[in-house]
Amino acid sequence: MLGFFKKKKPTPNKKQRGVSADLGILVFENTSDVIQAENALKQAGWSVRVMGPPPSIQTGCDLVIEFPLIEELNILRELDNANVSPLKVVPVTAPLLEPVSLFQTKDFGEYLMVRAANMKITIGKKDMKIVNVSGGGCPDVPYLAQEMIGKTLTEAPRPRDLGHTLCGYALELAYEELLRK
Amino acid sequence: MIGIVGTVPDLQLPLIHGKARLVDNHFEIKGRSLAINRGTPALIGAALKASECVHCPETYAFLVGDTGKGDGSRKLYDFLTQHLHEFDFKVLTFHYLQPDVDWHNKVLFAAESMQKRPILIADAGFMYAAKMSGQSESYDFFTPDAGELAFLADELAPHPFYTRGFILHPNDNVPDLIRRAYQHQNAARYLLVKGESDYIVHKSQVVQKVDQPSFEAMEAIGGTGDTLTGLLSVLCGADFELTDAAVLSAGANRWSGHYADPSPATQVIELIEKIPQALVKVLNEHNGKNDNER
Repeated sequence: MLGFFKKKKPTPNKKQRGVSADLGILVFENTSDVIQAENALKQAGWSVRVMGPPPSIQTGCDLVIEFPLIEELNILRELDNANVSPLKVVPVTAPLLEPVSLFQTKDFGEYLMVRAANMKITIGKKDMKIVNVSGGGCPDVPYLAQEMIGKTLTEAPRPRDLGHTLCGYALELAYEELLRK
Repeated sequence: MIGIVGTVPDLQLPLIHGKARLVDNHFEIKGRSLAINRGTPALIGAALKASECVHCPETYAFLVGDTGKGDGSRKLYDFLTQHLHEFDFKVLTFHYLQPDVDWHNKVLFAAESMQKRPILIADAGFMYAAKMSGQSESYDFFTPDAGELAFLADELAPHPFYTRGFILHPNDNVPDLIRRAYQHQNAARYLLVKGESDYIVHKSQVVQKVDQPSFEAMEAIGGTGDTLTGLLSVLCGADFELTDAAVLSAGANRWSGHYADPSPATQVIELIEKIPQALVKVLNEHNGKNDNER
C-alpha cells in the first residue's frame, strides 16, 4: 500500500512551487549528506529536487531537498534505510533559491569546456580525457581535480560521489552537461 | 611577513603553520614537502616564485587537510580565532576554505583585532563566506572570476551555485556586474576581476583593464586564479601601491601564460615556473614607464 504513494509523483510546476504549503524541505548536517540522500531517494524513484535553503537556515555552503510534505513518512523511512537522516524537516514558507541551470560551452578545437556556475571542466575531444578542472572555491575542488584529471569521462569518479560542497555539486552539473554533448 | 591561509586536499595533513620555502617543484613547511598543484599550494608556489624577483617579506602559511567536509577548515578557523593576534603580517590572504559565515565572522574579528591590521585579501571559499556575511567592505581585495563576480553582484545568492540566471548571463557584462556588486555592498575596497580582460576596480570605479597578452586557453587551466592571488599577495607585501600591485599581478599572470605557451590541457605548475620571467618583464616595463614620467 505504501508503495502506491511513492515513485515519480509529479513535481509541481514553478508557479505552484513558490510558497506552496504542500512542500517541505529536508535539512541535513552537510552537503555530503544531501548528495547521499538525493542519490538514495532518486534511486528509489522519488521525485525530489535539491534547492537552496531559506535565509533563516543558511550557513554558507548549503543544499536542501524539496519534497512533497504528504510523502514525509515514506521519505524519512527511505532515508533511514539508507542511513542518512535529516536534521529536521521544515515546511516551505518562502520561495527557495534555485540551483544554477545555465551552462556555457566553449569549443577550443581539440578541447571542449563546459561551465556551470563557478565550475569548469575541460576534456580532449578525441580521447574524452579530462584535462583540466577550474574555478570554484570550496576545499573539495582541488581534490576532485586531482582525482579526475587524466581519466576519461567514463573512468573518472563522478563529482557527486566524491564531492561534498556546492562547488562539487556544480562540477557534477557541468560533468552531466558534458555527457549530454 | 605575508600570511596565507588555506587547505590542501590531503586528509593526512594536520594543521600546520610556518614559513614556506621553495625546494625544486615543491614547497617545504614545518619539515613537510608539499606538491605545488591547484588550490592553495598553487597560490603559495606562485607567491614563492614571485618572491624571487621582488623584495618581499617571507611567506608564512597556515594549512590543513580538507577534501570538502569542512572539518579541517573549522580546525583552522578555530586556531586563527585564538592565535591570529600573536602574528604580525603585512598582508593576510584567505583562500580555499569551507564557506561558513559564523566562523568567517570570528576570523575577521580576530584579523581586525591584530595589533597592526594587515591588508586583507579574500579569494575562493573565504570570499564566498565574506560576501554572505555582509562584511565584504572589510576587505581590501576580492579576486573573483566572471562567475564569482556574478555571485557578488547577486544580492540574494549565498553561493555562486545560486546565482540567478538573469545575472549569470552568458555574455557577462563585467562593468554592470561590478556596479551591482558595489551597489549592494558586496565588494571589497578593491576588486581584481580575472577573465578575458582583467579589471582592476577601486571603490566601484574601474581604474585599469589588463587584456594583453591574451590566451583563451587560460580560462580552462585550473589554478590560474590561484597564481594571480599569489602574485597579488606578494606585490602588496612588497610595498607596491595597491592599484599597481593588482595591475602588475594581472600582467605577470598573463605573461606567465605567454611563456608557457598554454593549451587547455596545460597544468598550472607549467605557468608557475614562468612567473620569475613574466614578473621581471612587467616590472621592467613598469619601471621604464615610471622613469619616462619623471
